[in-house]
Amino acid sequence: MSVFRKLKEALAAKTEAVTAKFRDGLAKTREVLAENVEALFRRTKAIDEEFFEELEEILIAADVGVKTALALVDELREAAAEQKMRDAAELKPLLVEKLVALMDEGQERAALNLNPEGLTVILFVGVNGVGKTTTIGKLAHRLKQEGKTVILAAGDTFRAGAIEQLEAWGRRVGADVIRHQAGADPAAVVYDAIQAAKSRGADVLLCDTAGRLQNKANLMEELKKIVRVIAREVPGAPHETLLVVDATTGQNALSQAKAFGEAAKVTGIVLTKLDGTAKGGIVLAIRRELGVPVKFVGLGEKPDDLVPFDAEQFVAGLFAGWLEQPDEARGEG
Amino acid sequence: MLFESLASRLQETFQKLRGKGKVTEADVKEAMREVRLALLEADVSLDVVKDFIARVRERAVGQEVLTSLTPAQQVIKIVHDELTALMGGQTAKLEMAPTPPTVVLMVGLQGAGKTTTTGKLARYLQKQGKKPLLVAADVYRPAAIRQLQVLGETIGVPVFTMGEGANPVDIAKAGVERAKGERLDVVLIDTAGRLHVNEELMDELARIRDAVQPTEILLVVDAMTGQDAVNVARAFHEQLGLTGVILTKLDGDTRGGAALSVRAVTGCPIKFAGMGEKLDALEPFHPDRMASRILGMGDVLTLIEKAQAAVDAEKAAEMQQKLIRAEFTFDDFLEQLRAVRQMGPLEELLGMLPGMGQLKGMKDLKVDEKQLKRIEAIILSMTPEERANPDILNPSRKRRIAAGSGTSLQDVNRLVKQFEEMRKLFKQFGKMAKQAKKRRGFRLPFFPT
Repeated sequence: MSVFRKLKEALAAKTEAVTAKFRDGLAKTREVLAENVEALFRRTKAIDEEFFEELEEILIAADVGVKTALALVDELREAAAEQKMRDAAELKPLLVEKLVALMDEGQERAALNLNPEGLTVILFVGVNGVGKTTTIGKLAHRLKQEGKTVILAAGDTFRAGAIEQLEAWGRRVGADVIRHQAGADPAAVVYDAIQAAKSRGADVLLCDTAGRLQNKANLMEELKKIVRVIAREVPGAPHETLLVVDATTGQNALSQAKAFGEAAKVTGIVLTKLDGTAKGGIVLAIRRELGVPVKFVGLGEKPDDLVPFDAEQFVAGLFAGWLEQPDEARGEG
Repeated sequence: MLFESLASRLQETFQKLRGKGKVTEADVKEAMREVRLALLEADVSLDVVKDFIARVRERAVGQEVLTSLTPAQQVIKIVHDELTALMGGQTAKLEMAPTPPTVVLMVGLQGAGKTTTTGKLARYLQKQGKKPLLVAADVYRPAAIRQLQVLGETIGVPVFTMGEGANPVDIAKAGVERAKGERLDVVLIDTAGRLHVNEELMDELARIRDAVQPTEILLVVDAMTGQDAVNVARAFHEQLGLTGVILTKLDGDTRGGAALSVRAVTGCPIKFAGMGEKLDALEPFHPDRMASRILGMGDVLTLIEKAQAAVDAEKAAEMQQKLIRAEFTFDDFLEQLRAVRQMGPLEELLGMLPGMGQLKGMKDLKVDEKQLKRIEAIILSMTPEERANPDILNPSRKRRIAAGSGTSLQDVNRLVKQFEEMRKLFKQFGKMAKQAKKRRGFRLPFFPT
């Protein structure tokens, strides 16, 4: 089972703290997904159609989506027929391999694209209540720890209390917040923030925006205007446009990724609230259908709980039960 | 659109049977698989789907489905009926305590929209002549208290706070006391969002409940929630004993299968739905319409209802005739425009039409409010003759109209083009309405009855 070994070796090289964070954060997801898969494999001796159908269901129950689940299982079905597999256990490493490959593809773009010379502008977009403002607070904390000077733009001028919420984060992590009154034009706030960031020689500007449902035409136009202002004021910016997605979201996240991608050229995804139950599967569907890389995941409420996404750790988190099987000699990791 | 795909997929399944004379158990199984996939694509939780399919299969097999002329439609009808039944039949109301104040506890995950919904609910009650009090018991999220205060100010409802340092249980208790003292009749307690697996915080909710004995414990659920909706709803229900559910962000383009999951797991009625960002955008929940939506059939009923509220019946009938005969003029357009603006944001209305998002020309039809004013100006700059007979609009006339309305020639051209497209679209819709009218009211134009 070389796939598991490879995965383990890859993990051993990573810091234990982050691995543990993934493992703990995904504990609930694992319970639902991996344990179901595990039970299925234990139950099934010979591969038959019922087995594949059940596997489909398990993936769907993790929000992977019908299309993606069917495609994944179809690939497995073909491989099983081709290699004349009988024993269900033989399919296991193949499934893991496919998931890692799906998540890994194009992940070289997963690192945050920071402007090596001058100001980096990062724009945050997403529907209401996904955790944009909180994510900005956490990312600011992270960047501050890396020694960068960070400025926050209070671009959510719509939701009551949003500006104050960002200001509270600014105080907590030690970042200046550029704000206007509630109800002001968010593009104007962002414009001022860019000027402030330039004159203060800041490294990174994180722009908050109001949550908006992707089918609201006028709000998506407002977003386009913000992007235009940023692009005009800082050549090459925004360097990142991050779509924040709530991990509990179902298939609508695909529609979100498409619509925000069209309006604001999303460069990456932040998956928040991954510390609940049975979630994150939608990321597989987004990866498969749109190819947008996942850059960060939110695994808890503390400022430290925003960690860079890592495909191997993500899949390892999902299948931790498998990695610790007795037939697999445990690595030191 | 899902409904179209479910319908056509079922059609296909049954098409194969033509000429076969006899339908086997396996054929029914195939049809049920299509229904199952459709529901799963709509984010209905797997367990709920399984139970549901079992029930539908029983009915499908027991009935004369297989001998019916259009078995596919028959199956969809059964599915729709069962969905509606499962979702609770009729609209539920907010329970009131026999002696005021009625205490309502709002609970849910982070980001579901509790605070906003609490404000909307206060507005809703206020409109019914009640005197609500908002209680800010979310001491965890930065500025959550401030958010509730702003909402309270906006709608003119008092907000009770004790700051971020106080214990939520104490805040809730003191809030209820305040309401008693000031003779306010409903207390709405906004609590912090929390994960259903966070024992400490779930325990805190239980303590608030024990301290204030709420009449209603409402779970606020994001309509976009995926498969996890069952786990969330089950956990909150088991630990608190919910009395109802509010579904938020239903003005998005989500299919909203979570509604079915939550309802099935808790057995609690869904009482309200959040339909927009404005504080008035909270509406009673209609199970039958939600069933149509989950199946991707559009919310025609809500649209009709809104139209009825904005346009008087006689005019509406007249307009419908015009639509059907495609005699629609710019004057009618202007009248419609003004009526529509009374009904609410346009894209919200368009979203309620079945298959609308997919229709060609829809992108151009998405108009924002400012643009509506501009359109009004353009039409008002036309002569009565031009309005009645758009075909005479030549470049010279268009230039005059542009100058008169303070817009550009492109704007005028765009409007004329949109108008033509709209006329076509309304004609289609008119036909649909006409067909439906022949049957029972406006219910489900797609079904044979």
